Amino acid sequence: MKTGSTNTLIIGVGNLYRSDDGAGPCIASRLREFVPVGVTVLEESGEGAALLEAWQGATAVILVDAAQSGAPPGTIHRIDARRQQVPSRFFHYSSHAFGVGEAIEMARVLHLLPASLLLYGIEGRNFSEGIGLSEEVEQAAAAVLALALDDVRSFVK
Amino acid sequence: MSTRTIKVENLARVEGEGALFVKIKDRRVTDVRLKIFEPPRFFEAFLRDRKFGEVPDITARICGICPVAYQMSSCHAIEDAFGVIVNEPIRALRRLLYCGEWIESHALHIYLLHAPDFLGYEDAIRMARDHPQDVQRGLRLKKAGNDIVNLLGGREIHPINVRVGGFYKVPAKLEFAALAETLKWAREAALETVRWVASFSFPQVERDYEFVALRHAEEYPFNEGRLVSNKGLDIAVRDYDQHFLEEHVARSNALHSVHKERGAYFTGPQARYSLNFDKLSPLAQEAARSAGLGPVCRNPFQSIIVRGVELVYACDEALRIIENIERPDKPAVKIEPRVATGYACTEAPRGILYHRYRLDEHGVILDAKIVPPTSQNQITIENDLWQIIPASLDLPGDKLQRLCEQAIRNYDPCISCATHFLKLHMERE
Repeated sequence: MKTGSTNTLIIGVGNLYRSDDGAGPCIASRLREFVPVGVTVLEESGEGAALLEAWQGATAVILVDAAQSGAPPGTIHRIDARRQQVPSRFFHYSSHAFGVGEAIEMARVLHLLPASLLLYGIEGRNFSEGIGLSEEVEQAAAAVLALALDDVRSFVK
Repeated sequence: MSTRTIKVENLARVEGEGALFVKIKDRRVTDVRLKIFEPPRFFEAFLRDRKFGEVPDITARICGICPVAYQMSSCHAIEDAFGVIVNEPIRALRRLLYCGEWIESHALHIYLLHAPDFLGYEDAIRMARDHPQDVQRGLRLKKAGNDIVNLLGGREIHPINVRVGGFYKVPAKLEFAALAETLKWAREAALETVRWVASFSFPQVERDYEFVALRHAEEYPFNEGRLVSNKGLDIAVRDYDQHFLEEHVARSNALHSVHKERGAYFTGPQARYSLNFDKLSPLAQEAARSAGLGPVCRNPFQSIIVRGVELVYACDEALRIIENIERPDKPAVKIEPRVATGYACTEAPRGILYHRYRLDEHGVILDAKIVPPTSQNQITIENDLWQIIPASLDLPGDKLQRLCEQAIRNYDPCISCATHFLKLHMERE
């Protein structure tokens, strides 16, 4: 775990080599330049057990991932995981059936949820092999970056 | 006349895309089709024209749960091409890294993916409500594996510290010592895991498989050895293509791997175990015996116990390596490219992972071939279902579907993502 001394954590989830699935890691790497000192930014594949481990000890977590719920590409979903259940079909994790949604719900059952957990999902258009985001996702990524920064500032006040 | 169809539809946006279709007519199974779209096909093209040094980092992205396997097979294949043999300390560190991946992967599969099938839960989250301590043990075990991969690989997912010839940086001895404490707990937890899964009920199914795995003269296999089977195969890895074939199957995007003469074969923990029981540590052997396993295991549902035994072994072996750890003088040996083709197989958590690379004099990849374990097990999974379904036809639709999913998950395939989103279509005429 690399949370350092901070209690605020940003996690970008996805695979840079699967087009819009790279939205999470893209936003995470851009956020790294802007976040206040002490806020940790991680990139994760989305494997659930690793996520559970990553946010251990953090009080506020912002998680950014690509989503596939059927909404138009570029749609931004914001879920307050303390208040809402996360539909598991929303954030498919590629390989092993234990992804973002499952990790959050597992943490809820085991009482391991951070005090605050915000989930941003950006509806993707293209999840095929390749590097780079679709136009709609690129625009949404810029918006999520700004929203997440506002959240971070509210956490670290 | 009655027709019953079990149909699991295709999935989008997953690294391993899969679907299952079963047709039953007049109480007779008439069709079983497992379809997998294999992502490494794309990676093979993606690797062309890249320098050899990029390969371990690119192939690590193929799978979020077994990146070390992809890194190890690619490094060994390229080193084979360039005539490089790494020194003993680097070799030991690679084994240690692989132990980490097995622990991560097996703990995840046993506790979060497969155990719910045996205990009758829809998923691990529902299971955790009734079995929180078991699930916590599984998560902590997985973390012990993550800690190894994190220390040696630089981070727990998609490690970045592996290079052709060795590592970029080798941690200090002190850091390994800290890891040993975690692993001592993990070894006990692995023994507890074996006891826990051995108490499950197992459908009585045995098949006369051809098990294929690496076999090494002195150790339980990770990175090296000859490819052997219980039906007479005993070849050097570089002869893989002479004995195995990837066939296009008209109905599927996936390639089916077969032995050229004998067809379907079985790779993975159960094959490794059944071909290498004598190479397990005494503690792992004892755990297997106590769980009621013999030196060969032919019931695919007992694969969950075998994974537990391999968890014990991986913790035991990691501790042995750490006790004897020697830091190499340099983190990597020198690499000099040459025109050549290199071959390697290593034992990924779910079976043999074959890589072949053709390189030019500058070390640029001209051609790559990657055969992942799941592609090799496809026909065997289908054959299991051909045997299991007829004996269970009286089960109601949802239970029969669950049994099919459980049987597929015996192989911990990279399409288990698909099984999570299964849609069942029952058609009765």
